[in-house]
Amino acid sequence: MDATKCPPGMRVLVSLTALSSLSGCSGPQSALQPAGVDAEQIGQLFWWMCAVAVLIWLLVIGFAVYATHINPETHDSRAARWLIIGGGAIAPPVVLGALLVFGLPLLPSLSAPAEDGLQVTVSGERWWWRVQYPTPSGGTVELANEVRLPVGERVGFSLTSPDVIHSFWIPSLGGKVDMIPGRTTRLTLEPTDVGVYRGACAEYCGTAHALMNFQVVVMEPEAFTVWLEQQAAPAQTPQSSLARRGQEAFLANGCSACHTIRGTPADGVLGPDLTHVGSRLSLGAGILPNDAEAFARWIRHTDQIKPGVNMPAFAMLPEGQLTALAAYLSGLK
Amino acid sequence: MAQRMESEPDSESEALPERRETLWLLALSPMLWMLYFLVSYATAAIWCAKVVGRDGSLEGARIAIGVYTVLTLVGIGIVTWRGFRKHSFGTATVPHDFDTPADRHRFLGFATVLLGGLSVVATLYVALAIVFIGSCT
Ligand code: HEC
Ligand SMILES: [Cu+2]
Repeated sequence: MDATKCPPGMRVLVSLTALSSLSGCSGPQSALQPAGVDAEQIGQLFWWMCAVAVLIWLLVIGFAVYATHINPETHDSRAARWLIIGGGAIAPPVVLGALLVFGLPLLPSLSAPAEDGLQVTVSGERWWWRVQYPTPSGGTVELANEVRLPVGERVGFSLTSPDVIHSFWIPSLGGKVDMIPGRTTRLTLEPTDVGVYRGACAEYCGTAHALMNFQVVVMEPEAFTVWLEQQAAPAQTPQSSLARRGQEAFLANGCSACHTIRGTPADGVLGPDLTHVGSRLSLGAGILPNDAEAFARWIRHTDQIKPGVNMPAFAMLPEGQLTALAAYLSGLK
Repeated sequence: MAQRMESEPDSESEALPERRETLWLLALSPMLWMLYFLVSYATAAIWCAKVVGRDGSLEGARIAIGVYTVLTLVGIGIVTWRGFRKHSFGTATVPHDFDTPADRHRFLGFATVLLGGLSVVATLYVALAIVFIGSCT
């Protein structure tokens, strides 16, 4: 297209489209910017496929240009026939065969169980993530909506679902694996770079599917150990009087029917564990920031923020209780 | 390859070996591949579910699938050879598109050969999976 002749609006549109398609290539959720061993392998496969596809495209277009423009006379039918048999019938199975030989060996390594390494269980539930870590004492501790991993360690994931099929995907770290009701599927990841990444549900699972994400934090092993110990501990007792009123409101309004806050009488299991909810990087399965204001919004407008959500909106709560609740929950570091 | 024969061969002089053509030979190679795929899949599934468990080794199933592979390739080989014989009937050359019983005969043979080649590739692709994947996990 001749840029000087195209209307200004069009030019803006074209450059915006080009920009947005580029911005998709980097960031915390990109398979093209690997931060894990498995993502690296998948990325390599992708670049090989791209390169070979471009090569084949160039060859085909090259031949087309040659036959129609450079040398448009009648071609020797014998040579042409061999070209068609070679390029059309023999080359494709050979190229696809090479791709299989290259790609198939990747499969077992992507799901290989990590021998005596860290083993995390994640359950995809409409529309959030129930996460279980083993504790040093041999038990398990339940967390939610955030996955933290020690850098350089091969971590195994056991994936399940109680309702419909979800899919667990952290593009920066590796491939995606379905979470299937009644089955346990496996995935292994080995992060190579410290940082914050994003995971998402990659299988349509209903109304709020697009709002079912999570943060992934890759940490130095020592920091990870400290974090896990802190997460396994019971909740802090509220310090301010506002937070204390928040805790009372939490227990009085039936939140504890669905939510657990370890160290308090709240022991519901329908919704995410909130023991250290204030220490997470986001709220509502990766869709809100984690601050008092967002807590208040979430509690009051739950169904507007996440249509279809399995938590009732508490729009009738008086302002004072809401502020107290928000202060209490955001303080649960 | 020889030059295409432009004249219609004298149909009277070509006596066909069989009186009625069937399409069975044509479809046989892809059917063998299909059967091979199904039986290999079932073998691996039963092996992992009933014999060694979900983290077990595929070793036994691999041997069985190896045997299926050889049998299937031999089967496709025989079918393709018979197709080639049909294709080579008389002296005509491809593309066998005259409206005569003899050319129809050759055409079916030639198509059988092509489908045989395709089935060999498909069978090898299936077999590749079992070469690289050694456990039920
Ligand atoms: C009927 C069960 C139920 C009740 C009652 C309930 N919740 Fe929830 N809550 C849920 C579910 C389910 C989710 C997960 C929603 C999602 O992200 O899809 C959730 C999510 C949350 C979250 C976000 C957690 C996170 O990890 O980001 C907060 C905070 C929360 N609830 C607070 C409350 C408070 C405060 C109350 C009481 C006023 C309450 N909930 C009452 C079921 C419930
Ligand atoms: Cu989902």
